[in-house]
Amino acid sequence: MSFVTSHFNYVVVIVLMMGGLFITFSTGNLIKRMIGLAIFQTSVGVLYISLGKVAGGTAAITIEATSEAGRALSSKLDPGYVAQYGVDGVVYSNPLPHVLILTAIVVGVSTLAVGLAIAVRVREAYGTVEAGEIAAADQAAIAQADRRKSGGRGR
Amino acid sequence: MVEALYWIGCGLTLLGALLTVVGAAGVLRFPDVYTRIHAASITDTGGATLLLLGLGLMSGLQFATLKLVIVWAFIMLTSPAAAHALANAAYASGLTPWIGEFRIIKGATPDAKKTGNAS
Amino acid sequence: MSGPLAMLDVGAIINGVLLVMLVVLMCAIARVRNLLTAILLMGVYSLVMAVWLTVMDAADVAFTEAVVGAGVSTVVLLGAILLTRSETAAISWKAMIAPGLAVLVVGGLLVFAAQDLPDFGDPASPANAYVGKLYLEMTGGDIGAANVVTAVLGSYRGFDTLGETTVIFAAGLGVALMLGFGERAMSDRERGRMPVNVSAGEDHVVLRVMAKLLIPLIVLYAFYVQFHGDLGPGGGFQAGVIMAVAVILHALVFGLDATMHAVRPGVARAIAALGVLVYAGVGIANIVHGGTFLNYDYLFPPGVEARLPDAAHHNWGQHFGIMAIEAGVLLTVAATMITVFYGFAGRSAEAVAVVGGDDTHGQNP
Repeated sequence: MSFVTSHFNYVVVIVLMMGGLFITFSTGNLIKRMIGLAIFQTSVGVLYISLGKVAGGTAAITIEATSEAGRALSSKLDPGYVAQYGVDGVVYSNPLPHVLILTAIVVGVSTLAVGLAIAVRVREAYGTVEAGEIAAADQAAIAQADRRKSGGRGR
Repeated sequence: MVEALYWIGCGLTLLGALLTVVGAAGVLRFPDVYTRIHAASITDTGGATLLLLGLGLMSGLQFATLKLVIVWAFIMLTSPAAAHALANAAYASGLTPWIGEFRIIKGATPDAKKTGNAS
Repeated sequence: MSGPLAMLDVGAIINGVLLVMLVVLMCAIARVRNLLTAILLMGVYSLVMAVWLTVMDAADVAFTEAVVGAGVSTVVLLGAILLTRSETAAISWKAMIAPGLAVLVVGGLLVFAAQDLPDFGDPASPANAYVGKLYLEMTGGDIGAANVVTAVLGSYRGFDTLGETTVIFAAGLGVALMLGFGERAMSDRERGRMPVNVSAGEDHVVLRVMAKLLIPLIVLYAFYVQFHGDLGPGGGFQAGVIMAVAVILHALVFGLDATMHAVRPGVARAIAALGVLVYAGVGIANIVHGGTFLNYDYLFPPGVEARLPDAAHHNWGQHFGIMAIEAGVLLTVAATMITVFYGFAGRSAEAVAVVGGDDTHGQNP
């Protein structure tokens, strides 16, 4: 039971990750695959942010411990806890995962845009965005090219 | 007096949350696009107004309360415009309402026909 | 559960509820076949994720996720299905067996491995006890910015951020090279052919008035977020995306033509390159003045910084260095998002007509 309460976030991360991968693997539609990848990327974000959360902490914006906000926060906590894990009298959540995921989100949307641009060009070239039909069209084109090559050698 | 305001604020926040749930239920249960747009806009305007009012009463008179008022004004500006855009898009696509007629005002045309957009 | 973890109770319940909502949304996205529905569900997913991030004290990240996920990402996906088709083919259940098995096996192994991860909220975990805490302690003295996330992003990990900015610029270039610079649609109009009309039409009074009211406010808000990056949540990434959203709103209401005359595609591309140049230029300026790459203590020529007012209590080099690179990030991110939008929206109608157009016509979801 305590495993569930202390590791619930990580189980959800794994569920989201596997769900995103399942969407990517099971569908043939290129755009749906990009959506699955986007879900996968957000699951990694959930993992990092869950790791950075500190119990009783606040957002990593420096506040004075003697100000109203600082006193309101530390009044709910054990003074020994604040002394051990706090910085200048206030407990903060770890800012480093936030930095990593912030840029990851914007980079994620940029790569999503590139993937969708490829999908649009594939649609214009093949007339479809389903992976199965694209592969079939490729096979047909290769077979046709082979026939033309063997026919042209004038057997 | 301040205590009473705080508890009134809590009550209003709960009421706003309830109205949001009611709006969501409406979106799921109503029969067609136009009635669903109405239900969704209840969430945006009614629910958000009560929530922000409740939060404002809970926090007393602070700088944060002014920010809540500005947020409310912004929501009041944008949500009805968004609902209008949705309803207009539905009308331009030719979706007929569940009740009443698709009465086209004399001389007005849905945007689709006027601008040549093939949506 | 005693001690520090007990204080997680209400926050833990909200955390649990929001994460369950994320899982439910993911299952809905997996099941749905209509791509328009999937895209809108992704928008909802991003907003729920932004709320969860706020509960987790990640204010900057919540900001970014809300703007990027529910804004730009949705627009780009909608542009893509406008140019392709909007319904996936049906998947037979046989095609789902192999992915399902693979996913279950890997998922099971990961859950087994997750036992070793630290408890949720543990302040003494390896992640939270060393470098993270060090940054919190050292930011006040080294940099003087209140927002530690901006300090880490801009100064301590500034080299990373330069790389990310370059990646964003490269992605914008990639989209522009593949989908065109948006000028094909302009030239089509000049040759008299019918363009893809992404405007709401001339008689949408409500939307036009609303847009004219809101676009300046959105741009102002973008600048506010930009310059308050080191005092509160904010910074260059969020501000750049908000700026791009203002331009996208203009294009949606007034037509792509009007927007392309206001913000020319060539200018947008040049600004994207300029942003990366500014960022790297700040780094080079540090080298020129005697320091290492992106070490803002050497931003000013030797001796200048000591003569600035109140130099003993402010790290002016760090302050101006972070401001300069955030400006670079703003330019690149905004211009890249605008270029990407122009790429998708400006793809000429001819390309759409040849392959049969889209089939979202008249569907009642």
